[in-house]
Amino acid sequence: MIVGGCDVGSLTSKAVVMKDGKVLGAMLIKSKARPGESAEEVMNGACAAAGVERREIMFCVGTGYGRDRIAFVNDTVSEIACHGRGARWMVPTARTIIDIGGQDCKAIRLDAEGTVTKFVTNDKCASGTGRFLEVMARLLGVGLDELGELSVRSKNPVTLANACTVWAQADVIQFLNNGVPLEDIAAGINNAMAGRMAVLVNNLGIENDVCMTGGVAKNRGVLAAIEKILGLRLRAIRRHDPQLAGALGAALIAMDKTAGGVK
Amino acid sequence: MITAGCDVGSLTAKAVILADGRIAGRSVVRCGTSPEKSAEEAMGAALDQAGIRLDRVSRTVGTGYGRARIPFAQAIESEIACHARGAIWRVPSARTVVDIGGQDAKAIRMAADGRVVQYSYNDKCASGTGRFLEVIAEALEVPLWEMGDIAARSTERLSLSNQCVIFAETEIISLVNEGRETADIINALHHAVARRAASLAKGIGVEQSVVMSGGVARNRGMFAALGEALGCALLELDDPQINGALGAALMALDALSATGRAAGGGDGAGVAGI
Repeated sequence: MIVGGCDVGSLTSKAVVMKDGKVLGAMLIKSKARPGESAEEVMNGACAAAGVERREIMFCVGTGYGRDRIAFVNDTVSEIACHGRGARWMVPTARTIIDIGGQDCKAIRLDAEGTVTKFVTNDKCASGTGRFLEVMARLLGVGLDELGELSVRSKNPVTLANACTVWAQADVIQFLNNGVPLEDIAAGINNAMAGRMAVLVNNLGIENDVCMTGGVAKNRGVLAAIEKILGLRLRAIRRHDPQLAGALGAALIAMDKTAGGVK
Repeated sequence: MITAGCDVGSLTAKAVILADGRIAGRSVVRCGTSPEKSAEEAMGAALDQAGIRLDRVSRTVGTGYGRARIPFAQAIESEIACHARGAIWRVPSARTVVDIGGQDAKAIRMAADGRVVQYSYNDKCASGTGRFLEVIAEALEVPLWEMGDIAARSTERLSLSNQCVIFAETEIISLVNEGRETADIINALHHAVARRAASLAKGIGVEQSVVMSGGVARNRGMFAALGEALGCALLELDDPQINGALGAALMALDALSATGRAAGGGDGAGVAGI
């Protein structure tokens, strides 16, 4: 039985194709202006990577910001449920999941069975979301993926005075004008990011193990900062790209939905 | 008796020269990198306009973000107190002031003598401050000071779903790409900023009359939008951008009058109705 999961986010779109509980192929693209187009392209990419035809997918679940605009899915499921499911599959001991998206962040708690018991989200304020890092990386003139590498080299991280992304930009410009080394500014940015995430996670209440999903989970600087602030070790996700958690969860839910049906 | 008030804000510095109970000179200058220089420039311009030399000013009160760095001020007062003092002098029936500045927003409720009863303040989040307007003006490539006139041509009511400046900027770019009219977009922006500032005022309880101060009050669209968001008519404040500096000059005068009455221990409110 071949199933699919498609996660259309604000910045990136992800798709996963699974067969009998194994990932056959996955794809990640930058989202286009129209969610429907993003979904088509990313699903075609995942099928090509998996070496299967689109028509071979028996059931496909859509999730993410643009989930209601995906023409080909059989069902849609919330991002919370999909991220919980995907993260749990990659880290079976996970009870708390921190997911940072392009313009939101979520903290999700699971019970021993993997059912979502509680969650908190922020999609009102750019601070603490992927957008914050994007804006800051642009100011520093570095790629989003370089922020983490830069920051781990820092000896004297700066402290941003402001949480608001707009005001923090002014802080960063001042540091740049004063000739502060880029790595120290990058570290300050990642620390600020982690600080905002920690507020959300503390509101939820932490239960071990904790893991992080989403693109920001690939930023080593943010990972180190959040471990320090929360005083714990995050369980690393190594099985797959942590940014695929939502799409993976969608595919796993697609598998559940067809279980008991045609094998 | 000549007193002065100098309000060094984040974007502009303002000065007012008060001579015998009337405004003899006023100025607004764009801030440079040094608050000291901005203060001196604003004060110099106001003194020139009044035709008065600095050594004839009996007392100067400083206020605003850069108030601690005004070289010629004898005392400093909070922006909250100065805005309340200025507003009640201009509009004696005023009980609530909503001030939208370049980097903050304040709502102040006051007693009949201008004493501050309660206030709330936002300088943590750019939404609901003048910076919101500035960021979007840049994105739309329209001059900040023309936004009010442009919004007046709006024919369709749009609504922004994002309160965060960063997210709203993206939303506005999508509206532009959809072919929406700039006038309609700016009008929607005014209502978004006004909603945010109004929620600050509602938090402390709005008592009429309500006046709007700060540079943003010169934007007619913002003035109308704030009135709508508060659900009451706003009273106009003459020259709203210098209200803080005016309040500072009045407080300088209050202090001198109190000293003048000395031994009896004046209540400092004796000049409320000049």
